[in-house]
Amino acid sequence: MIFQSLKMAWSAILSNKMRSFLTMLGIIIGVVSLVVLVSIVSGATDSVTEQINSIGTNLLTVRITDDKENPLKLSELSEIAEKEEIGETAPIAQTGATAKSGYTSDDITVYGTTGAYYNIQGLTLAAGRFLKKSDMDNNTYVAVLNQTAAEEIFGTTNVIGEEISLDGRGFRIVGVLAEEESAVSSLISGTLEAYIPYTTIIRMADNIFHITSFYASSADEDSMDAAESTLKTWMLERFGNDEDAFTIINQSALMETMGSVTNTLALMLGGIAGISLLVGGIGIMNIMLVSVTERTKEIGIRKAIGAGRASIMMQFLIEALMVSLMGCLAGIVLSVGILYLAGMAMEEMSFHISMGVVWVAVGFSVLIGVVFGIYPAGKAAGKPPIEALRYSG
Amino acid sequence: MTMIRFHDVSKIYHIGGEEVHALDHASMHISPGEFVSIIGPSGSGKSTMMNIIGCLDVADSGEYLLDGLPIEQYSERELTRVRNRKIGFIFQNFNLIQRMTAEENVELPLIYQGVRTAQRRQRVWEALERVGLSKRGHHRPTELSGGQQQRVAIARALVTEPSLFLADEPTGNLDSRTGNEIMELFHELHERGNTLVLITHDEKVAQQACRRIRIFDGRVEEVDG
Repeated sequence: MIFQSLKMAWSAILSNKMRSFLTMLGIIIGVVSLVVLVSIVSGATDSVTEQINSIGTNLLTVRITDDKENPLKLSELSEIAEKEEIGETAPIAQTGATAKSGYTSDDITVYGTTGAYYNIQGLTLAAGRFLKKSDMDNNTYVAVLNQTAAEEIFGTTNVIGEEISLDGRGFRIVGVLAEEESAVSSLISGTLEAYIPYTTIIRMADNIFHITSFYASSADEDSMDAAESTLKTWMLERFGNDEDAFTIINQSALMETMGSVTNTLALMLGGIAGISLLVGGIGIMNIMLVSVTERTKEIGIRKAIGAGRASIMMQFLIEALMVSLMGCLAGIVLSVGILYLAGMAMEEMSFHISMGVVWVAVGFSVLIGVVFGIYPAGKAAGKPPIEALRYSG
Repeated sequence: MTMIRFHDVSKIYHIGGEEVHALDHASMHISPGEFVSIIGPSGSGKSTMMNIIGCLDVADSGEYLLDGLPIEQYSERELTRVRNRKIGFIFQNFNLIQRMTAEENVELPLIYQGVRTAQRRQRVWEALERVGLSKRGHHRPTELSGGQQQRVAIARALVTEPSLFLADEPTGNLDSRTGNEIMELFHELHERGNTLVLITHDEKVAQQACRRIRIFDGRVEEVDG
């Protein structure tokens, strides 16, 4: 009986192709907007999350705003790093400078830090070495360049041992960083960067006197909260219990905020798409009602030769379901195509359909088929056979 | 044993606050294997009678027995079942479903009976063969002449092997020659031992039946042929 109902529904749909297609179009548009919007948001979320992850989710950034006339010393940072929950610590200071080598000169951002910075930020070297403890102790004039800086100033990345002048002071290049391949770094690529010992930048720049910000990593990614509270306790003790003297930024907390923002976005867009699906459903109901009236005679004939209420109900309900499911299927296929094209257009981002949203779309379409099909089907099933037979339309 | 027994059957319609007695204490009986015509002018109540005999409607009062079963207390579901198994309808305007082929139209009552596909095909073919349309199975009603359409309708009625054929003005929309061909088919059905009830306003058609029941203003009078 189910198979027969399917066959009847199919032939009814085929008998009026244009109308069936237009009815389906409502569902197709709804499904496409649902699947495409949600997939794009989740694709963008994935790629941003990945980039934040690549920076490191176990990163704590500390900024000191009021040092109570008693600034932090490098030795105190090492003291923090010895705590069980803390991995490593590295001070950071930055200044702008003019880099010069031979006849080439260019603006460069100079960072002063220690060797721990390399691990905390998860950097990789293309050649040479990063800063060492002995560089700090001896205030040596050594520098590590990023790839862009090496290429812009020297025209090559093979620059280990070369001399570079930063604001008139000569530095020996000991290492070159590898270019990071992520969307974030490609956005800020083009900046020239040099890393020099923290002790050296204090001497070099006239506005940097002591540590005003530093990075700390937790011992592992799961102990972020413990690391943050240890650091906070230490800092409060150090700066006379003044909470306003410093701020601690927790990278994983940032991730969580990000996650909740994108989830809200996905829900909102999904909701809007859901509304268009709903409109598609109303379209199905509208057409089904017209179809029931048009086929009053057919219903009368079927009832006269022995179709029960249930058979008629089933026939029209299956027809509505079939229209909405076919629309859903077409919508999913179309979405795959659109996302494929979007992926080609925007190379940095990869969009793939999440199976979750596909099931949501299918579930929603079934629901819509049933909800908006049941009233017209009930109307068809309830027609008294004599009146239906007498109908001429 | 009677096939149809009407005892004091009444049906009253309310039209614009006025009571219309479509059937007024009608009584009659039809035996198995009979070919009976019910004749009356329009508005005489013969359509109401047909609807009640065909279980498309139920009487307001009185008793109706079909094949010994009292019908009036039946639920909609049971009436549907009786229509499907016991009655073969043939209508004046054929009442075929336009977008389905002749075969599919004939097949429909068997689908509602839940007959299996292979058996269904066989029976559909036999039914079309009996009305002489076995080569027209794949045609839609619009591609068939009036006479052919009525043959398809007859095939649809006989495919379920019903106890009773109920024909409502079956020749009303046909020219006299095609009408006679259809009447030939009815005689053939009768000769095979089927019970036929023919509803008409046409004396000439009515005379072909073995017995005539005349109905006027909802009252039944027997006319013996």
